[in-house]
Amino acid sequence: MPKLTMVQAINLALHQEMERDESVLVMGQDVGVNGGVFRVTDGLGDKFGSDRAIDAPLAEGAIIGTAIGMAMNGLKPVAEMQFSGFSYLSIPQLEGNGARMRTRSRGQFTVPMVMRMPYGGGVRALEHHSESKETYYAHTPGMKTVIPSTPKAAYHLLLAAIRDPDPVVFMEPKHSYRAFKEEVDDNGEAWELGKARTVQEGTDLTVISWGAMLHRTEKVVEQLSEDRNASIELIDLQTIYPMDGATIAKSVMKTGRCVIVQEAQKTLGPASEIISIINDKALMYLEAPVKRVTGYDVIMPYFARENQYVPTIGRIKRAIEETLDFE
Amino acid sequence: MPSKVYARFSVSYMQVLDEDGKVDSKLEPSVSDDELLKLYRVMLTSRRLDERMLKLQRQGRLGTLPVCVGQEAVSAAAALAMAEDDWFVGAYRELAGRVMRGEALVKPMMVYNGMEEGNMTEGMKNVTPVAIILASQIPHAVGIAYAIKIRGEKNAVVSFNGDGSTSEGDWHEALNFAATWQTPNVFVVQNNHWAISTPLSKQMHNRSIAQRGIAYDMESIQVDGNDPLAVYKATKEALDRAKKGEGPTLIEALTYRMLMHTTADDPKKYRKEDEVEEWVKRDPITRFRTYLGNKKLWNAKKDEALEAEIKGEIDAAVKEFESISKVRMDEPFDYIFGEKEEIIEEQRQEFLDDLRKDKEDA
Ligand SMILES: Cc1ncc(C[n+]2csc(CCOP(=O)(O)OP(=O)(O)O)c2C)c(N)n1
Ligand SMILES: [Mg+2]
Repeated sequence: MPKLTMVQAINLALHQEMERDESVLVMGQDVGVNGGVFRVTDGLGDKFGSDRAIDAPLAEGAIIGTAIGMAMNGLKPVAEMQFSGFSYLSIPQLEGNGARMRTRSRGQFTVPMVMRMPYGGGVRALEHHSESKETYYAHTPGMKTVIPSTPKAAYHLLLAAIRDPDPVVFMEPKHSYRAFKEEVDDNGEAWELGKARTVQEGTDLTVISWGAMLHRTEKVVEQLSEDRNASIELIDLQTIYPMDGATIAKSVMKTGRCVIVQEAQKTLGPASEIISIINDKALMYLEAPVKRVTGYDVIMPYFARENQYVPTIGRIKRAIEETLDFE
Repeated sequence: MPSKVYARFSVSYMQVLDEDGKVDSKLEPSVSDDELLKLYRVMLTSRRLDERMLKLQRQGRLGTLPVCVGQEAVSAAAALAMAEDDWFVGAYRELAGRVMRGEALVKPMMVYNGMEEGNMTEGMKNVTPVAIILASQIPHAVGIAYAIKIRGEKNAVVSFNGDGSTSEGDWHEALNFAATWQTPNVFVVQNNHWAISTPLSKQMHNRSIAQRGIAYDMESIQVDGNDPLAVYKATKEALDRAKKGEGPTLIEALTYRMLMHTTADDPKKYRKEDEVEEWVKRDPITRFRTYLGNKKLWNAKKDEALEAEIKGEIDAAVKEFESISKVRMDEPFDYIFGEKEEIIEEQRQEFLDDLRKDKEDA
């Protein structure tokens, strides 16, 4: 099994799926000849030609709007937004049409497309290149929002996203693009969307995270499991919407304690929804208040301050310890 | 009803100073010697500042940044044509124009070192911050101009964006609003032939960007953007019309991005060196220096002295930049709302507590 970075794993999934299914194509700004600004689509233009690796004119709204039309007529476009900070220009099309075409046409027209894009902080970039706004997309029924946190998850989840019969927003934590490698079984298998993944089982406390924060949290969990001999269950949420309430509830019913680590701002982030699910399904099992470690309700600062505005190792560690110790 | 030609249009191109610095005296605008020298100084300052920032970036002392090398004439000459209270609404490739408007040389270094403080525009009036979301500033330029128009004020708005950005809906929508409302706008498009790796041929089927203005029945012209005199003349005339209430103008300035898109980009992946070589010959600064020499305003000795002066200014700016050792970490909470909101102040307190604890733990 090859050891791949997340960029390589996504690239592999695109290569394989375009080979397997002629209706799949990629489109976006600089995705063809240049292979994308992060090289995620590298080699697709050479291999599949400019009709299937489209260097589109510079207009997010029209990229997503035309992708919707393509999907309505038998293609499966995988459209890239260069950075999630520019993807909001796609919202009128996604919210107004992509997500509701199935409903509007009573199932006659469907939109099997993917909008994939790098998001999140940590690469010392300019304004608009560092936010985590999964809530904007997760707030739209008819459309799924998926976030992989490792190379392997990125490979299997992207295959699932492309094969899904409905629009999927696929948000790639760019901080993890090249941060580490992982063995990826390139067997072409799609993981089920809408399912969280239990990274590590435990009985004392549940930690839920996704995206770049999962990797950071995992390190803290490893250290605390050892230092305090704690049995911590770690869950990778993977799909933000539709959210896997069953896995969350089952875990919290077992452990009675829960910490959520989210890069996005505090107000109305996915953590708020997770807490509501716990409230609905597992409240009486709780032995401690659920804690969330999140970003803040500020405009994401430029990079001189950025690191302190995403959950730090220290904050994650303190939240887990306080929740473990709560009596 | 027989079919008939409803209307015919043409697009004109203007060059005043050719590649060799020879001037077309019939078109030569009247600009004072002092202003000509200022224009040269500003273009050279911008070039040298870009070169220095590029070095700092390569040494890891700055983050990702766009450079404007080769495009100095467009924004510098347009800014020279503007009055002090005319609005300057740029994107991120107008360093020269911002310097013309009085930007302190330390500011861009601060911005590209991840510090919002660099967006403070002390000493400049009506200059909006660098805009990264492509073409999103163009509707603002129209709104600003509308306010000028209905208050009967005498200034106008000059905005800037790239060729690729003219594909965005915001750009077209803004031009249509401006034409419909007849606002005092001058839309300068820096057509540098590339949008990162995407050449014009993949961006549009149009043979010129100027003709897009004609679609909105707007005065439109294409100029040699590496010719400071052509840019100056076109902008000046457009501003005069705008201020007389004769509506907006689109100016397409043909120029070239000599270097990488930003420091994160590698142009070797998508364009040929020969193409770049062709544009070296059309460098705006070299051409303008020849022109000034022909007018007996300039010589090698003066050039040497100016280079030394500019180097001194940039050295001082770098020194100032490097003396900024710390930023106040909770500052982002200051500017979310104009009034204090409980939720923000509560989170500020949490942030400060965590910052302290993180430091203690470290
Ligand atoms: C709305 C939006 N989409 C994408 C980007 C990413 N991006 C930054 S610059 C650029 C190319 C811009 O080309 P052009 O308008 O020609 O300006 P130039 O950089 O050549 O000056 C792209 C795609 C962005 N900043 N904003
Ligand atoms: Mg361009």
